[in-house]
Amino acid sequence: MNRLKLPPWLVLLLPAIIILSAVVLIPLVLSLYSSFTSYRLTRPDSIFNWVGFFNYEKALTDVKFWAAFGRTVLLLTVALNLEMLFGLGLALMVSKVTQGQRLLRTMMMFPMMFSPILVGFQFKFIFNDNVGLVNNALQSLGITDQAIPWLVDGQLAMFSIIFAEIWTATSVFGILILAGLYAIPRDPLEAAKVDGCTAWQSFRYVTLPFLMPFIYIAMAIRSLDVARAYDIVQIMTNGGPARRTELLWTLIGRTGYVDARMGYANAMGYISIFLAIFFTIYFFKKLTQSRKELGMGA
Amino acid sequence: MASNLNHRMRRYTLKGLHFFGLFSAMMVLCVPGLWIVLNSFRPTVEIMAKPPVWIPNELNLDHYRAMFSGIGEGGVPVLTYFANSLVISVTSTVIAILIGMAGGYAFARYKFNFKGGMFVGLMVTRAVPGVALSLPLFILFARIGIIDTHFGLILAYVALNIPFTIWLIDGFFRQVPPELAEAAEIDGCTRWQAFWRVEFPVARAGIASAGIFAFLTSWNEYALASQLTRSTTSKTMPVGLLDFTSEFTLNWGGMCALAVLMIIPALILTFLVQKHLIAGLTFGGVKG
Repeated sequence: MNRLKLPPWLVLLLPAIIILSAVVLIPLVLSLYSSFTSYRLTRPDSIFNWVGFFNYEKALTDVKFWAAFGRTVLLLTVALNLEMLFGLGLALMVSKVTQGQRLLRTMMMFPMMFSPILVGFQFKFIFNDNVGLVNNALQSLGITDQAIPWLVDGQLAMFSIIFAEIWTATSVFGILILAGLYAIPRDPLEAAKVDGCTAWQSFRYVTLPFLMPFIYIAMAIRSLDVARAYDIVQIMTNGGPARRTELLWTLIGRTGYVDARMGYANAMGYISIFLAIFFTIYFFKKLTQSRKELGMGA
Repeated sequence: MASNLNHRMRRYTLKGLHFFGLFSAMMVLCVPGLWIVLNSFRPTVEIMAKPPVWIPNELNLDHYRAMFSGIGEGGVPVLTYFANSLVISVTSTVIAILIGMAGGYAFARYKFNFKGGMFVGLMVTRAVPGVALSLPLFILFARIGIIDTHFGLILAYVALNIPFTIWLIDGFFRQVPPELAEAAEIDGCTRWQAFWRVEFPVARAGIASAGIFAFLTSWNEYALASQLTRSTTSKTMPVGLLDFTSEFTLNWGGMCALAVLMIIPALILTFLVQKHLIAGLTFGGVKG
């Protein structure tokens, strides 16, 4: 009769905790362990070969790793900021429309339905130097008579990837910011008008602060699945040409599965996990903070 | 008068700019997708034509016919992939929703220590990049022998979806005033009955949209699926797309046809839930 009684919230959360520990935590502990060994897929017993911090040292002194790391951070910074700006612009434009807003909203969400891998193939096709839409259009318009090697040249390939990334995610920002625009109370805006604020001033000091929580929600959601860029990059260039578009994720995938050096790959994986966690916690912090400033949160 | 005219001119320019901006933005958002749809109906010769053929001479269903015709005739076992995708996505969604409802209810209704920390902790598990997670999962699943099975992928997708469903469902349960359930309990319902008869029906639409969101995540997932599946017994459609590639060539037309097949369910479901999805995300996030 003296059964241990758990509090109800714990009982309710227990299934989630169990599944997440089984599928996320235990594998992560395993990979943490294997990152200290010279584990290779081809030689299973090498998992017991303890090498200490060797893999981490190797990663941290590897030029290729730092190049990929820098490129990943660059991609995230450029893409997230541009997505935010474009999304904001898009939301403002759509909110000003008086007729047909529902249709525009639906069109806006179109890219969200595409699987990241589909986006990869789609833009691989569109930026194809031979049969792609972009080159065909440029050549037909007579802007260039040469085929531009969009995915073959290092710089252009990075541009194409960022373009694809922005294409998929701008609508996430757009839709959430639009929801924010609808939720803005009318009074402060009218007061600003009465006080003689210019359009820019009332946007900067009234609209934008109200939108900040919504922008941070979008940022938080996006930072949860930034690694989706892996699918896009893997399909579009697979880190090529000559590693010019190599990101942390493609580097990890290649080291782990193609070179079969799991231990080393897991060490790099951990570094990328911390990067992702850093972004997530940062935006959740920002979200709580901006909520407090508006007096919304309890 | 001059200032009046000036003012009006400015307003027209602004209006023109607004229209132009909106139009070009929508073009950029929609054209790449429509281009894929169009190419799925065009014969390969026309896709590859140099100089390009802008106005299609001929539209047919050849790529779709080839796709469904089976292996060996340039086809890909699309129906098997479709069935795999459907079974895996639906099962993992149902489980994720049940677990998410329990978790979301706990976050919305009970006060406990480290609540905020646990919430962020949940989210952090979702932030682990798929590739980084797929390495240890691959080793672990290979050891237990659930690589290339529906079960393995379902398990992985349930875990992938739980944090987000909890976040969304938590937001929807917060919208239901706790007094409703209390009133029902005073009227003689047990907590369990009060939940199913009062709180669940009010939040039902929101829960459904969380479910569709989870479904789409599983439906579109690639990084994990590409490593945890090996053969037609469990390959899903995103992995199946790669069947159209070979060492040096790509069957663009066929790939576009499979892409369309992937988009259609996503399209229908997204339209059904867009309203609730936005409400759930913003409510859960802003008023949390």
